[in-house]
Formats: sequence, structure tokens, C-alpha cells
Amino acid sequence: MKFSGLRVYAIGYLIFLYAPILLLPLFAFNDSKVIAFPLSGFTTSWFSQMWADDNLWNALKNSVIVSSSVAVLSTAFGVFAARATTRYAFPGKGGILGLIMLPLVLPEMIVAMSLLIVLLAIGFPLSIFTIILGHVLICTPFAVAILSSAFQSLDKSLEEAAYDLGETPFSTFRLIIFPLVMPGIISSLLISFTISLDEFIIAFFLGGNETTLSVYIFGQFRFPAKVPSIMALGTILVCLSIALLATAEYFRRRGIAKAGGKDTGGFL
Amino acid sequence: MAKSTKVGRFRDTEAASGLALISPTALYAILLLAAPLATIIIYSLLTDGELTIIRDFTFANYIETWTNRIYRSIMFRSLSVSIAVTILTVLLAYPVAYFVSFHVAPDKKSLWLFLITIPFWTSYLIRVFLWKVILGYNGVINSGLMSVGVIDEPLTAISYNVQAFVVTLAHAYAPFAILPIFVALEKIDRSLLEAGQDLGESKFRTFLRVTLPLSIPGVAAAVLIVFIPTIGDYVTPNLIGGGKIPMIANVIEKLMLKGDNKPLGSAIAVSAMIVVTLVSLLFLFLIRKYLRATK
Repeated sequence: MKFSGLRVYAIGYLIFLYAPILLLPLFAFNDSKVIAFPLSGFTTSWFSQMWADDNLWNALKNSVIVSSSVAVLSTAFGVFAARATTRYAFPGKGGILGLIMLPLVLPEMIVAMSLLIVLLAIGFPLSIFTIILGHVLICTPFAVAILSSAFQSLDKSLEEAAYDLGETPFSTFRLIIFPLVMPGIISSLLISFTISLDEFIIAFFLGGNETTLSVYIFGQFRFPAKVPSIMALGTILVCLSIALLATAEYFRRRGIAKAGGKDTGGFL
Repeated sequence: MAKSTKVGRFRDTEAASGLALISPTALYAILLLAAPLATIIIYSLLTDGELTIIRDFTFANYIETWTNRIYRSIMFRSLSVSIAVTILTVLLAYPVAYFVSFHVAPDKKSLWLFLITIPFWTSYLIRVFLWKVILGYNGVINSGLMSVGVIDEPLTAISYNVQAFVVTLAHAYAPFAILPIFVALEKIDRSLLEAGQDLGESKFRTFLRVTLPLSIPGVAAAVLIVFIPTIGDYVTPNLIGGGKIPMIANVIEKLMLKGDNKPLGSAIAVSAMIVVTLVSLLFLFLIRKYLRATK
């Protein structure tokens, strides 16, 4: 009895979670400029309108540059921090790590504004480079969290064995440690990329005149006539991300099955 | 320095390698996070001039933040919205996390978690906008209820207001609440529950006395992870409220940019951080007290 009640609740909750996404394709194919019911007819013109917008392609290009740079940089910073904190004891560890992880619990608006004030004060020009600076700051904590658990599960004796067999610290890292933490590095890259791609506040305030995909979408919402083509864009993005996630999930599960580990969900 | 003994030298190199290794990340955080945060704290104590900042030390910005009725009520609104969102999100999420952890077959668990997380990989902005479509005057709910004949004119209680913010944000932060609670529930040793029932407790009392206290660390993590960022939400008031019902992030933006009163904007930002920290600490204190009481 309790079992079925909970199941009904959980399914209802899933419907709540999916409600907005299920509406996307409805409005993307709806032949009306107004995003409301009742639906009036089928059209694909919003897709062609979206496709023809040069600003979209420019924003997409910027987003890909920003998100890939952020993924690589925050994962690199994450590797340094995760390796240092899991392998070595050093003074001030808690404080330093606390500062690095701080953006996790800081409203993004405050991160964006404090950074913007300093950039304006020193006269640094705003561009996609400054978006990257801000995004690395908020993605690094996620990278550190993911990579710390990867580095934590390393067996220290493997490393010692490599030293005993005459490897240098660098070659040990390259030949032993790096391959073992590879799944962690890949998921850190993917998560940082996704967070950066979706991030809006920092991109909006630190980008100057440059727009990323999220800033472009926000701008389009101001013009009611542009909203249906954003629904079309959203539909494509949802399909892409489901395909991407399903692939990532497939590889993640295969990796876990190979390592004989227990599946805990992967996100966060 | 302390390199006289072998142990001293070893310690020195261990600490040194650790510090050297973490230094790139640490330097980045110091330059781009600690320094800017220190800057807004200093700004908040200076005086605003025409297009510049006068280097006169003052508490006037804080006094303005806490005595000006507008700022005080916006601060209060932001705080109440975050608290409401946090309570709603965690209460709605707990049964789902419990269901997935206790009633879903082990091989199906990751499928459920996958289903729960998918909606959150789609654009945050588009999701917020769609809630406006669902809850708006001629939105899904209103037009649905009107066509069925339950209501004659659109319900305004759910459109473009604070209640709509709460629903939208509760949706946006759902996985952040479900996942920590799920992880905490998964860690519970199932034999404890059997022991509880063997000792004559009912299922419900076992839940209250064993499962719930053991899952509290997850609930606490969920609460903080939802509460802290929602107070600084900028997008929801902007898209759903049309900018007419500002929250604290919108005020900070306005003062920092268009209003060009960076000291006051900084003081409000710092005050918001202090409020969030105090509420979080109070919450952690209460949780610790509760956990001690159940032991």
C-alpha cells in the first residue's frame, strides 16, 4: 500500500520535473507568435527562422570557445588541487581548499559583481576572455570535487612500486596515475563544459558586447516575436543533451561495471 | 629552517610539495575570488561620489541598507522566497529520494537518477521562461482550468508573482535536493531497519527513529545547497516577475551598474552574504542539537 503510494508520488514528481520540457516541442511547432494555448497549427518555420539568425551562430561559436576553454582550465586547476589535497599534508590545507570551493556556496551574482568591479577598476576590457575567467572560478569546485574522489581511490602502493622500478615522479604521474584517474578527468571536463554552457549571470555581466548562447537566449526573450524560435532552439538543445547524456551515461556505466564499483548516480 | 633532523626535512618537503602543487589553483582563487570579495567589502565602507568613489570611511551604506524601507523589504522578500523554496524543495524531494533508495530495484536506481537529472541539463533560462508559460494569465494551468469550466477568469494567484518564483525555483533546484538525500539514504545500513522492526517498532516509528535521523546529514546538505544560491537568483524575478518584483540580486545589479552607487551595492551584497551565513549557521546549530537529542 505504502509502496504504491510512494510510486505514484514519484511518478507525479517526474511529471512536474518534465512539464516545462514537454511543452517545448509543442510551442516550437505551433503556428502562432503567442506562446499560449490553444495551439493553432503545425509549422516548422520557427526552426528555419532560428537557423537563419547570424547572431545565434555567433553566440554558439562564443559559447563553444568559452565552454571548452573553461572545461580544460578548470579540470587542470582541479587536478592540481585534488592531487595536492589527497596526497599531501600541508599547513593551511583546510583554508585554501575552503577558498577554492567557496563559489559553490556563493550566489553567482556576488561572484560576478565583485569580479566586474575589480575588472572595471583596473580598466580590463570585457570580452569572452573575462567570461572564461569567471566561469573557471565557478567550475573549478565541481572539478575538484569530482577529481578528489578519483584521486582518493588511488592505491598509494602502485605509485611506490613505480618509484621502486625507477620511474621519475613525472613519468609515474603520466604512466600510472593519469590513466587511473582518466574517468574522473573525463567527467570533470564534461560537467565543467555543461555548467559553463548553461551559465548566464557571469556571461551576461562579464561579457561586455560578446554574447554566449545563454545571453543570446535571454536577449531574445525581450522580443515576444523571437520567442517561438527560442522554443525551436530549446527543442534542439534538449534532444542534443539527451543524446549526449545517454551516451555519457552508457560509457559511465560501462566504466563502473569494468571497475566492479557501485553505481551512485554520477551527477554532483 | 627546521632542516636539522631527517624528520624535519621530510615534513618540510611534504608540506612544500603539497603547497607547490596546490599553488596554481590557490593563486587563481586568491586573485579572482578573495581579492574581488575583499574589494567589495572595502567598497561597502567607502562613500559614493559622482562617478567615483570617495575614500572616506563610513558605515552609512550599511545603515542605509538596513534602515531604507525598500532595501529592507527586498532583503526580507529574498530571504522568505529562499526559505520557502528550500522547505518546498526538500519536502517534495525527500519522498522521491526515499522511494528511489528503498523501493527501486538496485539495477533500476541509476535509470531513475538519470531520469531525475535529465531536465536539469537543459537551459536554465528556457526552463524558467516555460514556467511563466505554465503559470501565466493565459498559461497552461489557467487555460486548462478555464476550458474545463472550473474557473471563469484566470487565477492571478499563480502568475508573475512571488508564488510563481517559488514554484519555478523549487523546480530548478530539485536534483540538488534529491541527490544528497539519496546518497545519505543509500549509506544507511539496512540491517538497522530490520533490527528496529525486530525490536517491535512499527515501520513508521522505525522511519522516524532510525531512517530519518540517519538521513539528516543529506537533508542538511540539500537545505544548504538549495538555500544559499536561491537568495541570489537574478533570472527568475527578471523573466517571471518582469522585473517588477525585484529580489536582492536585481537590486545589487541596479546599484552597481545603472544606479552607479557601488558602495551601497557592495554593502547590500555583503549584508546578503552575512544574512545567508547567519541563517545557515543557525540551521546547522539546530540540526546538531536535533541529532544529539535523538542519540
